[in-house]
Amino acid sequence: MANRIPRVPVREQDPKVRAANFDEVCYGYNEEEAVLEASRCLHCKNPRCVSACPVSVKIPEFIAATAAGDFEKAAAIIAEDSSLPAVCGRVCPQETQCEGSCILGVKGEPVAVGKLERFIADWNREKGAKTVLKAAPNGHKVAIVGSGPAGLACAYDLAKWGYEVTVFEALHKPGGVLEYGIPEFRLPKKRVVAAEIDDVKAMGVKIETNVVVGRTVTVDSLLDEEGFSAVFIGSGAGLPRFMNIPGENLNGVFSANEFLTRNNLMDAYRDDYLTPVMHAKKVVVVGGGNVAMDAARTALRLGGDVSIVYRRTEKELPARREEVHHAKEEGVNFLMLSNPVEIIGDDKGWVRKIKCIRMELGEPDESGRRSPVPVPDSEFEIEADSVIMALGTSPNPLIAKTTKGLDTNRRGCLVADDDGVTTRPGVFAGGDAVTGAATVILAMGAGRKAAAAIDRYIKEK
Amino acid sequence: MYKILTKEMLSPAICRMKVHAPRVASSAHPGQFLIVRANEHGERIPLTISDFDADEGTVTIVTQKIGASTKEICALEVGECLEDVVGPLGLPSDFVEKTDEELAGSRYIFIAGGVGTAPVYPQVKYLKSKGVYVDVIIGAKTSDLLIYKKEMSEVCDHLFICTDDGSEGFKGMVTGLLEKIVSEDGYEYTQAVAIGPMIMMKFVTQTAKKLGLPIIVSLNTLMVDGTGMCGACRVTVAGKTRFACVEGPEFNGYDVDFDEAMRRQGMYRNEETEADHKCKIR
Repeated sequence: MANRIPRVPVREQDPKVRAANFDEVCYGYNEEEAVLEASRCLHCKNPRCVSACPVSVKIPEFIAATAAGDFEKAAAIIAEDSSLPAVCGRVCPQETQCEGSCILGVKGEPVAVGKLERFIADWNREKGAKTVLKAAPNGHKVAIVGSGPAGLACAYDLAKWGYEVTVFEALHKPGGVLEYGIPEFRLPKKRVVAAEIDDVKAMGVKIETNVVVGRTVTVDSLLDEEGFSAVFIGSGAGLPRFMNIPGENLNGVFSANEFLTRNNLMDAYRDDYLTPVMHAKKVVVVGGGNVAMDAARTALRLGGDVSIVYRRTEKELPARREEVHHAKEEGVNFLMLSNPVEIIGDDKGWVRKIKCIRMELGEPDESGRRSPVPVPDSEFEIEADSVIMALGTSPNPLIAKTTKGLDTNRRGCLVADDDGVTTRPGVFAGGDAVTGAATVILAMGAGRKAAAAIDRYIKEK
Repeated sequence: MYKILTKEMLSPAICRMKVHAPRVASSAHPGQFLIVRANEHGERIPLTISDFDADEGTVTIVTQKIGASTKEICALEVGECLEDVVGPLGLPSDFVEKTDEELAGSRYIFIAGGVGTAPVYPQVKYLKSKGVYVDVIIGAKTSDLLIYKKEMSEVCDHLFICTDDGSEGFKGMVTGLLEKIVSEDGYEYTQAVAIGPMIMMKFVTQTAKKLGLPIIVSLNTLMVDGTGMCGACRVTVAGKTRFACVEGPEFNGYDVDFDEAMRRQGMYRNEETEADHKCKIR
């Protein structure tokens, strides 16, 4: 029976309209739509969706409560495992996790787990219902470095178990990549990010902004002088990569990090904020991940004609399908099998053109993806007044450099096991700082595992 | 929130503030900088640390009114607060890492221009406390734009002043004065340090090179986060791209591509002028 109901489509802002504003693209489900969509769940005995979720949200249970119209109960079920449901409902790659493993997806369309999670989280917040699951204080202090998804998830669990948690954030606003990286039109800052962080604070978690660990304080000073029993490092992967091609330091060439930070953290797209951002007319974004899509769609909203240049084919784009689809709908051009070789400027040092070379797919490399090789003598030029490099990021070396006994691997990532245990006793790590740039939900999963390991470490001490 | 404890105007466009920021004060070293945001709508503005007192929990910042955000910082009064103060950022000056033995026999000459005079002060003060010989040149357009004369004279061996119009001290640029005291007056130095406008540092580096003097410069590039995240501050040093915020701000002057640095510094000049009258329409 359940199979006969098709997946309930989600309402979105018209692509033509939204290409010129920063309001959220997706409207989400209303109550009726959510109940109907929830009724499609088969409630499998061995729910594959739960094991596919990095934080193991009890998906069939919250969906059952949703189908029964008990949204408050659904919210409480999610809150047991996730500190950021409104965020995850929006930015998780559900198609490769919960929804990707849904039995309904074998023959038809999987249950819209992400959209349901988002609905429940939004409903709960708008109703002002607070789900606080807090234990009595246990007298132990834990420091967390970085207020992104890994740090918040770790803080949430530790606070739940009675720890006194302080999160140190280098920037002036908490949230990490949720605040500086993901744009407003995908993840509203005040309504969603700040609200979910307030929920974490309501658990008693203290967040101290403007503290750069490695400069303002060190991991050693937190342990030795400030009385913390353990430190969790969730400092992310914030260091942008460049291509090291000629012309990369011309005016008008930005890292995606810079371009997005100006817009997201500093609100440069708004008239009432002072931070400037270049409103380029012809923009080339280099890269094919979610960050490239975010940068392209932001540049489009600032009035640019935007092209994405990627060295493989559309099939290999690492970005989520939904992001690629949205970018196309909004009018972003996709130039596949092309790789920049030089950026060309005018006599004043501003970008005027980008020279690319055509690529073709060769033999699969160690990652299993067919590696692109340049086609000889196939260079061509594209006009551009701005080039945005979205080539990935690596962890900031600052903390590793300033902490005794904390090892990194050759990619600059902190060495830590599955539980977040590093080479330095009492110091734990997880998220992008350990794995290199990945997803919000994997970072949250790592934060939760590390929280459990920290709990064991302190209890055994 | 970071409370402003004292404030004075050093010149019509330059203000000095002592700010309560205990975490920054207790970990700051000469050569480092901080980032300040006046209010929720302001930019993150990198400023040099002009002094710090760990016991008091204070840092002293000197701001020149250039754009909208620096004007907002200077408009705040004693008792009011800066929204954000983060730091110390960047690496301390090279000499902070040196032992007393390594510093023995060093003879420093600092060349300070405009608002860049303020960050020279803690460096000179530090070296003096280590018994190192230090002279300082301060240059400005006119006499009333000279800052830190009294403070500097208390911590250096000789203070040399120059003004473009000759209204005080040597008439001419810092480059001319540097050349004069070394070539004509016979002062000898083992290390020069220049802090000031990019164009000044470019020409002082050329003069230092001519005099065979090693020179360190402190680059005031564009920045957003100041922690290595954005790359707005990238500069070419010895043919390689470096991030001034985490690998600097101080570099060997001989190696810096100043023309590129000046061009990159002006990247938002049009937009900044517009921001000044609250208009971002293009």
